[in-house]
Amino acid sequence: MSFTKLTRRGLIQTGAVAGAGLALPTYLRAENHAGFTNAPTGSTVTLGFNVPQTGPYAEEGLDELRAQELAVEHLNGGGDGGMMNTFSSKALKGNGILGKKVEYVTGDTQTKSDAARASAKSMIEKDGAVMINGGSSSGVAVAVQDLCQSAGVIFMAGLTHANDTTGKDRKANGFRHFFNAYMSAAALAPVLKNAYGSERRAYHLTADYNWGWTQQESIAAATEAMGWETVENVLTPLASTDFSSYIAPVLNSGADVLVLNHYGGNMVNSLTNAVQFGLLDKEVNGKKFEIVVPLYSELMAAGAGANVQGVIGSMNWNWQLQDEGSKAFTKSFGEKYGRPPSNSAHTCYVQTLLYADAVERAGSFNPCAVVEALEGYEFDGLGNGPTLYRADDHQCFKDVLVMKGAENPTNEYDTLEIVEQTPRAQVEYAPDHPMFAGGDLGKCNPGA
Amino acid sequence: MFGLEKRDTLLLGVVVVLTLFAPFILNPFPADSGLAQFNAGYPDLMQRFVIFGIFAIGFNILFGLTGYLSFGHAAFLGVGSYSAVWMFKLLSYNVVPALVLAVIMAGLFSALIGFISLRRSGIYFSILTLAFAQMSFNLAYSVLTPITNGETGLQIYTSDPQYLQSVDAPSFPNLFGAAMNSSTTLFFGGWTFTFSVGYYFCAIFLILAFYLAIRIFRSPFGMMLRAVKSNQQRMNYTGLNTRPYTLAAFVISGMYAGLAGGLLAAMDPLAGAERMQWTASGEVVLMTILGGAGTLIGPVLGAGFIKYFENIFAKINDNVLHGWFAFMPDGIEDAMVAIIHPFVGKGWHLTLGLLFMLVVIFLPGGLVEGGQRLGRVFRRKDKNAGSVEADAAQRRSEAAE
Repeated sequence: MSFTKLTRRGLIQTGAVAGAGLALPTYLRAENHAGFTNAPTGSTVTLGFNVPQTGPYAEEGLDELRAQELAVEHLNGGGDGGMMNTFSSKALKGNGILGKKVEYVTGDTQTKSDAARASAKSMIEKDGAVMINGGSSSGVAVAVQDLCQSAGVIFMAGLTHANDTTGKDRKANGFRHFFNAYMSAAALAPVLKNAYGSERRAYHLTADYNWGWTQQESIAAATEAMGWETVENVLTPLASTDFSSYIAPVLNSGADVLVLNHYGGNMVNSLTNAVQFGLLDKEVNGKKFEIVVPLYSELMAAGAGANVQGVIGSMNWNWQLQDEGSKAFTKSFGEKYGRPPSNSAHTCYVQTLLYADAVERAGSFNPCAVVEALEGYEFDGLGNGPTLYRADDHQCFKDVLVMKGAENPTNEYDTLEIVEQTPRAQVEYAPDHPMFAGGDLGKCNPGA
Repeated sequence: MFGLEKRDTLLLGVVVVLTLFAPFILNPFPADSGLAQFNAGYPDLMQRFVIFGIFAIGFNILFGLTGYLSFGHAAFLGVGSYSAVWMFKLLSYNVVPALVLAVIMAGLFSALIGFISLRRSGIYFSILTLAFAQMSFNLAYSVLTPITNGETGLQIYTSDPQYLQSVDAPSFPNLFGAAMNSSTTLFFGGWTFTFSVGYYFCAIFLILAFYLAIRIFRSPFGMMLRAVKSNQQRMNYTGLNTRPYTLAAFVISGMYAGLAGGLLAAMDPLAGAERMQWTASGEVVLMTILGGAGTLIGPVLGAGFIKYFENIFAKINDNVLHGWFAFMPDGIEDAMVAIIHPFVGKGWHLTLGLLFMLVVIFLPGGLVEGGQRLGRVFRRKDKNAGSVEADAAQRRSEAAE
């Protein structure tokens, strides 16, 4: 097109383009910052539920999802209100959070750090989630917690039991309600001493990753303190499905207790192998051979079937507890899904309520306000008795349950029985305990 | 232009336009509409599209040209990520040294693995690379924990030395101050478009990677690689040593993978061992075949296709489904949800598998072949195509290129 010769068509085209160009800025406006990431502007607020829906911990993840949906229903005033009625704080009124209706998005962590972060990022970037909750692996929890810290949203950890989550990998925007390996060990040691005596030789099989190591370290330290001897610690790959080659050497090692630092499918398989080898029928050093599974879950116990009978372990919470909160939660969960909740479901439900309550009390969704409201917060009525969210490391301190595989289960959910409710004072530790040292919360990050 | 033929220039132009306008193209639905679920124009996913595009382009240089099917390419991706994160930990959050080291380390690593694996061809080569990759994965997962931080993944802590990090520099990977996670959002009517620094940084690398791939495809070196694919034995008998060529192709594609890994770490400073697992290696094979092995644009399309499913379909849950079918009577609504349920959310693998089967059965040349067939329908002079000799004619014209 020549610029010297003006055609009618050329004039119209140029005019249209110029007009559109001039009109464009009226449509475009820059993002209005409310001072923090994903500030809810409309009449709703979005929470992100990031759980494993595929992979080795999928069972746990799906149960977490059920509990999270239930929590949202209760927050929006639906159902019977569950634990909101027994919660010591009365800030939640059943009209959403700060009057905004709660909506949620879900994602699949695949129990892989990468996939979990991708899924959490899409919730934050695409769906505008202000809080991420859930997960069933410490590796994933640490990775997502780190992401939430840099993105400026709150992370309410789900099932994560490694010391590192609130130890060397602790972050200001992350909070853990679940107990940890140190607490398991502190609760188990006295029970094990009573049940099996103080002169035992323990053989450890440990899942070869971060959680397995911290748990093995914690259990070995606690049992050695009461007189046990650790014969050997063998690391097993996480992906193993057959543990017979690891069980055989146990028989010849002179050990009389086998500690399985395994979780999920690993634990089901290793325990089954151990029982098949007849370990529980053996007598070594004049004592009956015993097996200990430090971290239990209902779903694992159901998977291992009759093999768990008499085996001791620990849990964060169990639906058989008789306090008002636990009863209310078990009732509304059971009515909705026709089964009792697992302890991973419980922790995710409680975390969602705690977040909502903290926002109500702070009067803002700003992560820094939420952090302030949760730090050092004392509450009760959520199933574990009086609980403290410690400000130093964002770890909850509460009673720990010691469980035993039921000898005569009456139904498929009644596979574990409560041996002892270890009081909170017995499982507390200093924030700079060597097993938790090296971490730094940093500053809360509101993002944007 | 740029030493390219007219057709290739056009192809490069299309890729440039698609990548630069991706924030618009991938967000076709207004943010508050029900279809916003299918929008893919948010920074994280767009970054993944181009990064895995680079990974697949590199893989295609090996697989598409020489026919050597490597099942261990994810190992190089992982090496790239770990190197980049270590650079962040030791030097500073600047991405330049991180990417340089990522490419160099992946290159060295692939030279080592390639030198050994390329002594065999066919299935034995595939198995060797698979073994090496699985070995690297296990090393990263547990044995080399001091270097890789095991299952938790390598992260950056405030206690890391970061000798070159200046006080006022952003505490996130950045290019001389421009942080990769910073972005601007435009609101245009009901639409929202996010422009992220990280995305455009990756997009420039994708365009460069694509340009380099075209040059390799059209070079005498590329011709030699194609000759290896068609009959390596004959080449050996004529006195040509093919090993240096295949090794060079292997190292180049390893360096592409290293670049992709480095970019992944630059967008999100964490390197997990899962990146090296065999499933990740298999994924890039799927991407290449789904898009069209041996074609230039195919791998990029395949990468986008798979990442879209992984991120968009996996997030459709029953709640969303009920929202879609809310207009139906209760019984039918529940039935519809029950029918679709297995294919979305955690069932996205199933949908992807079905689509993969359909593509391989009906479009053996991948998505590119689908595009060509579609183009033939609309192009006037090819209206009679589909005759018995169409395939032969197609092959002849390809061979003539």
